[in-house]
Amino acid sequence: MGIILILAPISVALGLAGLAAFWWTLRNGQYDDPAGDAARILMEDSDNRIS
Amino acid sequence: MALTYDLARAPDLSAFLRKEKDGTAHLELLVKGARCAACMSKIETAVAGLPDVTTARLNLTEGRLAVRFASSRGDASRVIATLDKLGYPATPFDPAKAAEAHDQESRRLILALAVAGFGAGNAMMFSVPVWAGLFGQELGPATRSIMLWLSAIVATPCAIYAGLPFFESAWRSLKAGKANMDVPISVGVILTLFISFVETFLNGRDAYFDAAVSLLFLLLIGRWLDHRLRARARSAAADLLALQAPAATVLGADGLERVKPLSEVAVGERILVRPGERIPVDGFVEDGVSELDNALLTGETAPADVRPGDTCRAGAVNLTGQLRILAIARSEDSAVAAIARLVEAGAQTKSLYVRLADRAASIYVPVIHSVAALTFLGGLAFGLGPREALLRAAALLIITCPCALGLAVPAVQITASARLFRKGVLVKSGAALERLAEVDHVVFDKTGVLTEGRPRLIEAPAQAVALAAPLARASAHPLARALAAEAGPGLRATDVVETPGQGVEGLIDGRRARLGRASFVGLDGVRGGETELWFAFEGDTRVRFRFSDQLRPDAAQTIADLRALGLTVEILSGDLEGPVARAAQTLHVDQWRSGQTPQDKAAEIDALTAQGRKVLMVGDGLNDTAALAKAHAAMAPGAALDASQNAADLVFSGEALSAVADSIRVARAARSRALENFGFSALYNLGAIPLAMLGFVNPLIAALAMSGSSLVVTLNALRMHGAGRR
Repeated sequence: MGIILILAPISVALGLAGLAAFWWTLRNGQYDDPAGDAARILMEDSDNRIS
Repeated sequence: MALTYDLARAPDLSAFLRKEKDGTAHLELLVKGARCAACMSKIETAVAGLPDVTTARLNLTEGRLAVRFASSRGDASRVIATLDKLGYPATPFDPAKAAEAHDQESRRLILALAVAGFGAGNAMMFSVPVWAGLFGQELGPATRSIMLWLSAIVATPCAIYAGLPFFESAWRSLKAGKANMDVPISVGVILTLFISFVETFLNGRDAYFDAAVSLLFLLLIGRWLDHRLRARARSAAADLLALQAPAATVLGADGLERVKPLSEVAVGERILVRPGERIPVDGFVEDGVSELDNALLTGETAPADVRPGDTCRAGAVNLTGQLRILAIARSEDSAVAAIARLVEAGAQTKSLYVRLADRAASIYVPVIHSVAALTFLGGLAFGLGPREALLRAAALLIITCPCALGLAVPAVQITASARLFRKGVLVKSGAALERLAEVDHVVFDKTGVLTEGRPRLIEAPAQAVALAAPLARASAHPLARALAAEAGPGLRATDVVETPGQGVEGLIDGRRARLGRASFVGLDGVRGGETELWFAFEGDTRVRFRFSDQLRPDAAQTIADLRALGLTVEILSGDLEGPVARAAQTLHVDQWRSGQTPQDKAAEIDALTAQGRKVLMVGDGLNDTAALAKAHAAMAPGAALDASQNAADLVFSGEALSAVADSIRVARAARSRALENFGFSALYNLGAIPLAMLGFVNPLIAALAMSGSSLVVTLNALRMHGAGRR
């Protein structure tokens, strides 16, 4: 019984961490240019990160 | 119409720079033709290497290049010249329009979707033990209570956040005295949350926290799909607007050229219009002789001559000579504006159109809500007690919640428009597809729609084409170009002198030759048809070339297809009677009118609508825009004027007119898929309502039924993928 009270918050916290990570990627503009990002990995200089 | 930039006398483009507070400047450009990683690195390296440029980043998905300058006096024309040299024509974005393009609403919906997904998943985790407990497994009341509370803590904030888009829309619609789809959704979610709290508080078993959030999750998918459909069309429309260069080259008092956004051109300014550009505002010709192509304004195929003192109207294309124009109206006051007002009036009648899902909702909402009220009252009457009666009413609301309506229609429409998009047809909104499916009469414009909108050589003496071709290749006149196209690549004449409005003269193999009007080759008194060219070597016989605006190759087939679909066809053209009659005869169309003004066309559409016909207007010119806006549905080819594309519901690119029949076929298939989905959910509700009334629905059954019905309607929507295929 006690283990549930420990594990349940942990699982919710992990879910929240995932949600926060998604929020960050969205704010960061990582879905703005899917075609460009796919092509960018082929470019020589890796100096062109999202600003 | 892209402007041409050359470094020697680069026009000033500073109006397109967005100045930041920290002294830097930002420029957004639409770049054509960039498709691959190599293009991207070529463009970014070249532009970033220019002096004063700090960063250059290309968005490959949207084809936009964002350039940041270190100072606020960045040289935009240099960037464009650099891109031009690399082979990518670029057009600057109006700063105001560039800001609009960044889509906040889509981000908000995605975030709401993510929150709902998180909430549904985690609330479900606590629900599973409770569901297991429903089947008599060992779950003590205390543990169940903990699970329900945990579920409530996770689900409630998520449901409130994810539900906001629905609550807001429901509130707006209620304030307007109507009930749209979002009203039953909001009532269902709020009531469910409330009842679940009461149950949890009273140590009951039936709490629907997970159902409320997963309902929102499913509905948000539909909402987001619908939004994406509209957003994609909007951004494509914005790109087209930028490409058609709403800019004018203004001559300053100092004699310098500056490129200004169209909205900033003032009365009395002098504007330079090079051959191939569009007249930006109404004005007087001050200097220069040329011919104007009014085809998009009036539908007339023959070009009109202009010389100093003549007026010219915004939207006409300057063909041969450079013109200097004195602006006599601002962009908003130009002759175009009168038509724009008609367009606005048409758009208003269109916004009154009630969408399929909302029409279904207007039947669905009162029925379901009165059945729920009946369940509650009936429960009380049969002595169930208020708690059990309310629980059954809530179960009924949640199990009948309109997933099928909220998800099924957008899912069908997005698959349908993806299908059309691959065929080169851009659908502007889901409502456009619904209207297109109802159409029973098609009105075509002639010039540029049924015909190719450009002249083609139809009558010429053999071998003469090859003789005249070197001179034709040296000219920019559309008739000469048509001749050159017929002849294919080859030699060019030397010492070419072009007399605007008359013709070209030059040396071919050392012999002097002329190509142009009858009078230009020394034939006075010959009735000079506008769609013909004369060619002669000095002192030799004269040869005549005749041109005509040819029908699109698949025009006849398309009209036959439309008839096979049960539609009637009509032609309304602004062109002269002769060409229209000929086109109508070739295409076997009995109903046609020529010499129509924009007002005539709009009035004709109104008259047809008054007879109860649902009209599809297919047109490209400014003279069609009012009719396009008034018609039940409207299509415009990709080569049409921006105003027409804005007024149209669908824009088809490419040469094929068959897109019209294809679109109608796909729209009809989408409509029947959507109706099937409505039928399915009606059937499902018919089964679910008695179960809920009799109290057989528990949270597990609600969750299964809801996701099951959503899955069925989505799969049915995906059948759209193959629809309209022949």
